[in-house]
Amino acid sequence: MATQKTLAATGNVLVAEAMRQCAPDVMAAYPITPQTTIVEEFAKFVAQGRVHTEYVTVESEHSAMSACVGASAAGARVMTATSSQGLALMWEELHIASGMRLPIVMANANRALSAPINIHCDHSDVMGARDTGWIILFAETAQEAYDNTIMSVRIAEHPDVLLPVMTTLDGFITTHSIDRAQVMDDETVAAFVGDYHPDLALLDDTKPPVSHGNFAGLGGPYFEFKKAQRNAIDRSAAVIKSVGEEWSAICERPFGVIEGWGMEDAELAIVAIGSTAGNARHVARELRAQGVRVGVLKVRVFRPFPFAEIADALGGCKAVAVLDRSESFGAEGGPLFLEVRSALYDRAERPAIVDYIYGLGGADVKLELMRRVFSDLSDIADGAEVPGRLVYLGAR
Amino acid sequence: MPTVKDFETPNKPTWCPGCGNFNMFQALRQAYELTSQDFEHLAVVWGIGCHGNGADFTRCQGFHALHGRALPAATGLALSNPELTVVVEMGDGDGYGIGLGHFVHSCRRNIDMTVVAHDNQIYGLTTGQASPTTEHMMKTVSTPTGVLEEPVNTIGLAIAEGATFVARGFAGDVPHMTALFQQAIEHKGFAVVDVFQPCVTWNKLNTFAWFRERVYKVEEESGYDPTDRAGAMALSLTTFHDMACTPEQCKLPIGVLYREEGRPTYQDGLPQLDEPLWKRALAPRDLTEMVRGFM
Repeated sequence: MATQKTLAATGNVLVAEAMRQCAPDVMAAYPITPQTTIVEEFAKFVAQGRVHTEYVTVESEHSAMSACVGASAAGARVMTATSSQGLALMWEELHIASGMRLPIVMANANRALSAPINIHCDHSDVMGARDTGWIILFAETAQEAYDNTIMSVRIAEHPDVLLPVMTTLDGFITTHSIDRAQVMDDETVAAFVGDYHPDLALLDDTKPPVSHGNFAGLGGPYFEFKKAQRNAIDRSAAVIKSVGEEWSAICERPFGVIEGWGMEDAELAIVAIGSTAGNARHVARELRAQGVRVGVLKVRVFRPFPFAEIADALGGCKAVAVLDRSESFGAEGGPLFLEVRSALYDRAERPAIVDYIYGLGGADVKLELMRRVFSDLSDIADGAEVPGRLVYLGAR
Repeated sequence: MPTVKDFETPNKPTWCPGCGNFNMFQALRQAYELTSQDFEHLAVVWGIGCHGNGADFTRCQGFHALHGRALPAATGLALSNPELTVVVEMGDGDGYGIGLGHFVHSCRRNIDMTVVAHDNQIYGLTTGQASPTTEHMMKTVSTPTGVLEEPVNTIGLAIAEGATFVARGFAGDVPHMTALFQQAIEHKGFAVVDVFQPCVTWNKLNTFAWFRERVYKVEEESGYDPTDRAGAMALSLTTFHDMACTPEQCKLPIGVLYREEGRPTYQDGLPQLDEPLWKRALAPRDLTEMVRGFM
């Protein structure tokens, strides 16, 4: 019988708790603000004997992901966590993990990239990794960060998928704020994630030996490997949904790849990912109370991107604002905008759409800014010009 | 010429009260005055860590590099303009961890620059995790059962890999550190000064008091010869001991442990530095005469 207790804890503590419950065989990690307390908490669990994980402290994030890749290829369930420059330093190894189809689960505390130096929240780090072949989940709250971590193990290790999963939470806002969350009992989580039995592990002495990562150059199967990766991440969409439904039935919390508020009849909508969805909803409630038909669409899964669901949710709107907490310098807009706009392309009726770059390097996401966005949308719906495709929201 | 005060910025240091970095900051600025540095030619590169905050406090040609990447950034600076005095400040966490490969290759090149390592044997900025020089079996928040690895022998590594000036300072002795920094800057070749820099907040083992009872100056030892490479290497090994050692059981040598004069530097092997890039004429150049011979 599934039993849950209510904890007051930070997002990082809850991610560490979820990791402990999923009982990885190996964790290799390196401290970086604001991820540090995830691995510290996990180190404590190891020291207390509460989880039997080979916990490796390495000298850099490149080594951390390299060790994870090696351990995963050997057949272990592997987890790690990082942030910002750490994720950037892992970049070449991220491709190794996805290309070798290794179901590693990694938490990322979303943080700005240098230069100049900044340790606060934005999504530049994870968006920089959006084409590395990892499945990418975003959490709005500590609760979602906990749930996503558990679901990630099932998604990654599913035989139709076998891809690494990055489960992200906003640096400081979600990683370090104490929030209320429901935590499942250990047995239920263990039964839900099950054991990991890889097919092609290096150290499986019951089968003929295998090699990972060999040369697949000119005339070799490189191209077909990539096609197989594409097929796998496409298949993961259905797996993410079914795993979400299964976990949802146990924990009694809803899970969808997108989550709408007021979207049934919204004329004006904000699309957001991560913690900012809460700010947008707060203002949307105020406006609804005044009779304005506004909605908020939160995207929980960024890779694979839920194109059809988003097109359906936004199709009836008059004006849509996409909030991007990262840049794609020189592109039409931020990464989320590019995807959302592309999702709407096939529809005969398309809303006006505008991109807001906000909160870079932890710049405050004030409710006033959300009010301004809805006010802009209202003007646009009434026929005002779209204020350029891209607005730096709140920049001095 | 600028004096000690002139190398300050309006920003006041934000290190913890009592941090060893304050004394290093003082000694470095004194060394800049003693070696007659000016703002045009003093280039300082910092890595990431508590030491790196010095980038905000030091008036100079400054570059705040990525974690562990101060040395390669400084190498680029030094080679583009050989007239610069290049000083690298790095920490044990970044310089001897993620950046250790750069350290080895910089020693090997004997590139003419000075490295000052703020070695507090802990990750201070990320609040107390084990670093590459943390004592064996010391418990930290990232190693609750103790560090399994031996600490990096920073001095021995520098000597083995070809650094031509290798010294160790103690942040509790400013005049001694100042003299080491001055000699290091004046040395032609790759000069390393690794400084025992107690972190008063996160390292409760290697404190000022702990070091004070253990450090001794090699120049005060009769017969110590800093030009004896094998002897210096052997001395570097005496730094390592059991974590629980008494002051009598472990003595930590400070001072100039090894120096070699006259070895060619990396810059000496690059004749193009006689006319460095920044002094050369910019494109476009008229190639008409040169091309005519092929027509």
